[in-house]
Amino acid sequence: MTEALLTGVDAPTGVPLRRRLKRAERARQVKALALVVPLLLFLLLTFVGPIASMLWRAVDDWEVPRVLPHTVAALADWNGKDLPDERAYAALADDILAARAAGTVAIASKRLNYALNGFRTILASTSRNLKTAPEPGTARETLGKINPAWRDRGTWSAIKGAGGPMTSFYLLAALDLTRNADGAIVAAPPDQAIYRDVFARTFTISFGVALLCLILGFPVAYLLATLPPGRSNLLMIFVLLPFWTSLLVRTCAWIVLLQSNGVVNDGLRWLGIIDAPLRLIYNRFGVYVAMTHVLLPFMILPLYSSMKAISPAYMRAAASLGAAPVTAFLRIYLPQTLPGIGAGGLLVFILALGYYITPALVGGGGDQMISYFIALYTTETANWGLASALGAVLLLATLLLATVYGKLVQGQQVTGGMKN
Amino acid sequence: MSAPRSLRTPSQRIAWNATIVVSTLVFIFLMAPILAIMPLSFSSGSYLTYPLPGLSLRWYDDFLNSARWMASLKNSMIIGVASATLSVLLGTLAALGLAQWKSRFKPLVLAVVLSPVVVPGVITAVGLYFFFAPIGLTGSYLGLILAHTALATPFVVITVGATLQSFDTNLARAAASLGASPLYAFRRVILPLILPGLASGALFAFATSFDEVVIVLFMAGPEQRTLPREMFSGIRENISPTITAAAVILTTVSVILLATMEALRRRNERLKGRGA
Repeated sequence: MTEALLTGVDAPTGVPLRRRLKRAERARQVKALALVVPLLLFLLLTFVGPIASMLWRAVDDWEVPRVLPHTVAALADWNGKDLPDERAYAALADDILAARAAGTVAIASKRLNYALNGFRTILASTSRNLKTAPEPGTARETLGKINPAWRDRGTWSAIKGAGGPMTSFYLLAALDLTRNADGAIVAAPPDQAIYRDVFARTFTISFGVALLCLILGFPVAYLLATLPPGRSNLLMIFVLLPFWTSLLVRTCAWIVLLQSNGVVNDGLRWLGIIDAPLRLIYNRFGVYVAMTHVLLPFMILPLYSSMKAISPAYMRAAASLGAAPVTAFLRIYLPQTLPGIGAGGLLVFILALGYYITPALVGGGGDQMISYFIALYTTETANWGLASALGAVLLLATLLLATVYGKLVQGQQVTGGMKN
Repeated sequence: MSAPRSLRTPSQRIAWNATIVVSTLVFIFLMAPILAIMPLSFSSGSYLTYPLPGLSLRWYDDFLNSARWMASLKNSMIIGVASATLSVLLGTLAALGLAQWKSRFKPLVLAVVLSPVVVPGVITAVGLYFFFAPIGLTGSYLGLILAHTALATPFVVITVGATLQSFDTNLARAAASLGASPLYAFRRVILPLILPGLASGALFAFATSFDEVVIVLFMAGPEQRTLPREMFSGIRENISPTITAAAVILTTVSVILLATMEALRRRNERLKGRGA
């Protein structure tokens, strides 16, 4: 045993020790990677894959090519300036007859209706009134007679625009943009242009919640960081217990507290401060209160750990050098808490951006954030393309901010390590 | 509460007292919802207002005898335990691997592994809805367990990874030099030492699944409704006192989880202290 260890088991092969060590290290690395691979494969199937499929749906334009394949092919070399030629009309008539037989007209009309309002009716009337394939050479006349919309260039450019395989339609719609008949990007009609407002609202609420969390969290974090450990550990329970309480429980509790005959209104009436109940819930106020409550611990905990790392010697040094308490606080203490403020604020902001449950339960119609619309278009109206496009924009914003957050926290860990 | 000794001037004392007053108000804000909802669940009346007309356990009785609530509690437990088990398995393996793996791709892999925590719930839910529906995994326990495992595993990777950071790799080497096979060394040397981290990871994973509602909203059929899902519909329709009983039960579970985590953390710190 000892002999084998000294000479090395592989010694007879004549492989130098350095190479053998290298080989052993490489084997160790392969083994290490092999331990991570199961989780990576699992996440590929349950997380990365699903999100990629959502992103694909934001640009996937499959409906019209599947239902009207010959029309799409016939329109491929159409210049878009005049009406398409007889060939396109004949292809459309064939496609509509085939789609009627297969029962797929509704799929195409739903997609085309997004592109051109009223297209559903055009397709429905055409499919109803087109009895048989028109005689060769008469397709344009026949279709035009059934529905005059087929004499309109816009109808055809809607089909061409939705002809796949990929579209920027949903992504543009998510930003209140659309393409006109000539393919140029223009502002969407006012009745459809609501998403910039929703994004602005989402950002405003998230920023407001982060600010409220900072205002409320700063004194608490300061208190916890300054008190002796025994007492601060005890008070920490008040932060951790809500943190661990179910989101649904907390949301439900706020409704009980804030509704018109709820605890807060009853209390204020009992004290004689108000006569009629205040409207405290199902509006923006309720959203701010409930979201701040849910996210406050995410602000307090990073602030607390950054304040805990500040040596009290700095403040004493400032005082001994003649700085007034306010000056010492503003010039010495506050700058050292900035990384904590940044990390906590950004964390709260990122988490708030994606909030769905709380605003859905305590907000009114005008307080719903972007996640609400993503959910609405997925489950209620089944406009999956738009839901995915809105999701893609939200995902992009979240990942960008999360990268900034990662850099911020990583930088802190590095400096923290150097301080120790 | 006495001010720290360093506070000498009156203005400093005023600032300190203001900190205490504001903090107390914030503590009240943080605790008020939980404290306000608890007594209501013991009310004998059916209105959610104070003063209580009398005390009774009728809403708990209602909860325990309701097939819907009990089924949802059972579903929450099944999905929570299954996804916690699966995430501990996957997360521990990955944490062990990541602790040894050196590569320039490591930050990228780490970002992918941790991303389920950052990505908004609705996005994950919509993606899963599109992805799982064609393969028949929506409206099934398996689909929910897989989805919750993906959400919960990052917490296991973080907690086990943190324990591994303080783990002395020489111990594993010592075991190997004494002739232990890698598996034996893991079972007898590494596992006992990282067990607290593993246990907190498991609790974190369970709590994540137990509290999750967005994915359940999109993916669960009527058979798989969990406790938070049932509460969501309850809050939407009409808050009955039975919901407050459900809330108290959920909160009790959270307190037990929190207390266990705290005990594990203290034990871990004590062990570390002894080692130093």
